[in-house]
Amino acid sequence: MRTLLYSLVSAMVLAAAVPAFAKDKLTVYTYESFTADWGPGPVVKKEFEAECGCDVEFVSVADGVALLNRVKLEGGSTKADIVLGLDTNLTAEAKATGLFSPHGAVADAKVPGGWSDDTFVPFDYGYFAVVYDTEKLKTPPKSLKELVEGSADEKIVIQDPRTSTPGLGLLLWVKSVYGDKAPEAWAKLKAKVLTVTPGWSEAYGLFTKGEAPMVLSYTTSPAYHMVAENTQRYQAASFEEGEYLQIEVAGITTSGAKNPLAEKFMAFMTGPKFQDAIPETNWMFPAGKTDKPLNPAFDKLVKPTKTLLFSADEVAANRKAWVDEWLSVMSK
Amino acid sequence: MRLASDPRVTAGITALAAVALLIGGAFTGLLFEGAHDLSGAWAALDPYLLRVVRFTLWQAALSTLLSVGPALLVARALSRHPRFFGRGFILQLFALPLALPAIVAALGILALYGRAGYFSGLLSAVGGQGWPGIYGLSGILVAHVFFNLPLSSRLFLEALQTIPADQWRLASQLGMGPRPAFRLIEWPMLRAALPGIAGLVFMLCITSFTIVLTLGGGPAATTLEVGIYQALRFDFDPARAVALTLLQVALTCLVMLCLTRLGANTTGDANLPVAPRRYLSVGAGETILNIVLIALALLFVAGPMAATLAAGLGADLGRLAGEATVRQATLTSAGLAFVSALLSVLLSLSLTIARRALALNRRAGPRSLLEHAADTGAGLVLVVPPIVIGAGWFLLLRHAGDVFAIAPIMVVTVNAVMAMPFAIRAIRPAYDAASERHERLCALLGIAGWARFRLVDWPSLRRPLATGFAFAMALSLGDLGVIALFGSDSVQTLPYLLLARMGSYRTEDAAGLALLLGLVCLALVLAADWLGRGEKA
Repeated sequence: MRTLLYSLVSAMVLAAAVPAFAKDKLTVYTYESFTADWGPGPVVKKEFEAECGCDVEFVSVADGVALLNRVKLEGGSTKADIVLGLDTNLTAEAKATGLFSPHGAVADAKVPGGWSDDTFVPFDYGYFAVVYDTEKLKTPPKSLKELVEGSADEKIVIQDPRTSTPGLGLLLWVKSVYGDKAPEAWAKLKAKVLTVTPGWSEAYGLFTKGEAPMVLSYTTSPAYHMVAENTQRYQAASFEEGEYLQIEVAGITTSGAKNPLAEKFMAFMTGPKFQDAIPETNWMFPAGKTDKPLNPAFDKLVKPTKTLLFSADEVAANRKAWVDEWLSVMSK
Repeated sequence: MRLASDPRVTAGITALAAVALLIGGAFTGLLFEGAHDLSGAWAALDPYLLRVVRFTLWQAALSTLLSVGPALLVARALSRHPRFFGRGFILQLFALPLALPAIVAALGILALYGRAGYFSGLLSAVGGQGWPGIYGLSGILVAHVFFNLPLSSRLFLEALQTIPADQWRLASQLGMGPRPAFRLIEWPMLRAALPGIAGLVFMLCITSFTIVLTLGGGPAATTLEVGIYQALRFDFDPARAVALTLLQVALTCLVMLCLTRLGANTTGDANLPVAPRRYLSVGAGETILNIVLIALALLFVAGPMAATLAAGLGADLGRLAGEATVRQATLTSAGLAFVSALLSVLLSLSLTIARRALALNRRAGPRSLLEHAADTGAGLVLVVPPIVIGAGWFLLLRHAGDVFAIAPIMVVTVNAVMAMPFAIRAIRPAYDAASERHERLCALLGIAGWARFRLVDWPSLRRPLATGFAFAMALSLGDLGVIALFGSDSVQTLPYLLLARMGSYRTEDAAGLALLLGLVCLALVLAADWLGRGEKA
């Protein structure tokens, strides 16, 4: 009897103790290129696991839009504690789902124009830019106006705002520069557009194959070619009107709010161990304190004279109308 | 009553039910989610949609015409010369374009005909000014013909090969020249196959998306599929996606109806073939013409593939092959494609057998709804975009646990069903012809069921089954549909990896992976061919 009681008690103690041995886990949903071997994912995972003594599990989908869809699909039952990789054009919609929880006080994020949002925290940013091939184009346009009004022989490949984030970026860029005159600008630009691809990959592929001397991409694209391929051939054009900003953010889900590791990760994300990995793995600018200086290639990049950005709410309210406007001009 | 107890019909009904369940389930999931907000579905019906519909139909009709017309000639040329060096390789090569993701094919085509393509210098010289590239309708058409000319050539050839050897013997005994032989022997067979093959090509073109946007030159070239994709991906508006999908299905049904009027039902030869081989004598003039035809088709199809090969060889293939992710993706892709193709061929065979049984039981009179469904119904699945099926099922099952764990099952099933129209086109002519010949004998000898399949049907089905298998596999290998929307760590296929590399500046890696994808496909097609050949008589 006594031995039975003893073994029962010890079994109960053991059962209670086992979960304490299992490490706590943090699940982060993100996009594919973040977790790729060459992406920031592996470094971030290692650094944060060392700091928290926990397990980090990344679940990756194709891109930021797919990320939001996945969370919408899973709804309240999502396994994600943190969703990392939405951009400011998606945050209004993401908030509207009610699946995200306000973060606590997270350290200051450094993005152009400052940041104040109770739900999402930036982890990097970049500017959209017209990237050109120096071997094909000797005098790149110096302004959006020059691009719009320039010779129709100098072609550019752009992306469709209905299916692609950079495509939407260019649409917003033109809108922020031209305002109500945007349709007229597009009507002129249309002659220079070689084709409108469904996504960034297709456009950049056509560009590097030499089909067009210009493509819509990021100011940081030349950094990749300089650092990884050691070539100066591809450069970004600097526009007088300024460049349109893209800020990538992360947020805690409502179910993640119950996991204390989520808050910790958000603080870690804006710190140097995370931020140091960003420039040369995600090819974007860090949005927080770094310990290492930026690779000198980043100093050679175009520095926007002015930062253009619509607020998340403005984009959410007008996106459909603006895309329809674009469509009616471009499909004539 | 006899019908219901016929196991052949039961098998067909099961296959149909599986297809219906797959599509019905997806629609239920989407409508359940979208029902509370139908405004998007109504808002989709605007004047712009009319333009999109017009362009969608126009490009699909032109693409079909340009693919199927030449394919008739190429298939005939190939059937007139059943033995020449490299014939087998040409046929295997013709299965490859299907396995190439659209963007890889587009880049391959542009490497030849683009502004910076190999031919641009020549074309500029001819045109007198800078070659503008093939952007616009012409680019879309070239790409669609690249995908569909080889496909339809092989399927027409499959139909031509069901012509009984006796007919050829008779033709040669009667001293029939190539012209009357074509009119009396080949054309009826081609015409019977025409609506099905043209319909298949039409469906593939009507749902084209990446090709249309990338090569179309701007949003004036937009298909309904773009709208569906946008609705699901960017706007997450399931109701609108369903509305547009239904519109797409309805339009396709209309076109299919028109196409069936082009066709003809042949009465096959009910006699057992006694001629040991085909008696073909092809004149010198015709031989030259046929060589030119086959060479042109080969150049057209092989050109972009050679460009893809050349680009792939520029990649660091050794490093790529050494990467664990690449190896894993290769295995995943090959495995999924194999299982999908197997399932697809099984389903298609059941449907083909059931359709034949129904047609036999009917004898005369109008075809029943079931027979129609078994005939063309399953084909319509092609115009239901995979992302719609994927999204619908994920929505339906999301409360039932971790739906992303079933992603591999989803990929296999959707690919299998998507490939059915191909497999059916490959299998049906041979099965129907064999059945026409053996039906009475089997009834007389009381051979049925498994014994009949093994002893009577299998020998004549072996080769077309392999063709169907090869196409189904190629299609599944290149597919990105289901996982493109949500992605999944558990299903990283080669095309997924390829696009991921392309999406992070690694263009060379992507080219290398395209080459690898082509090689995997070629290997699988070769294997299918080898299995299909069997003991050669």
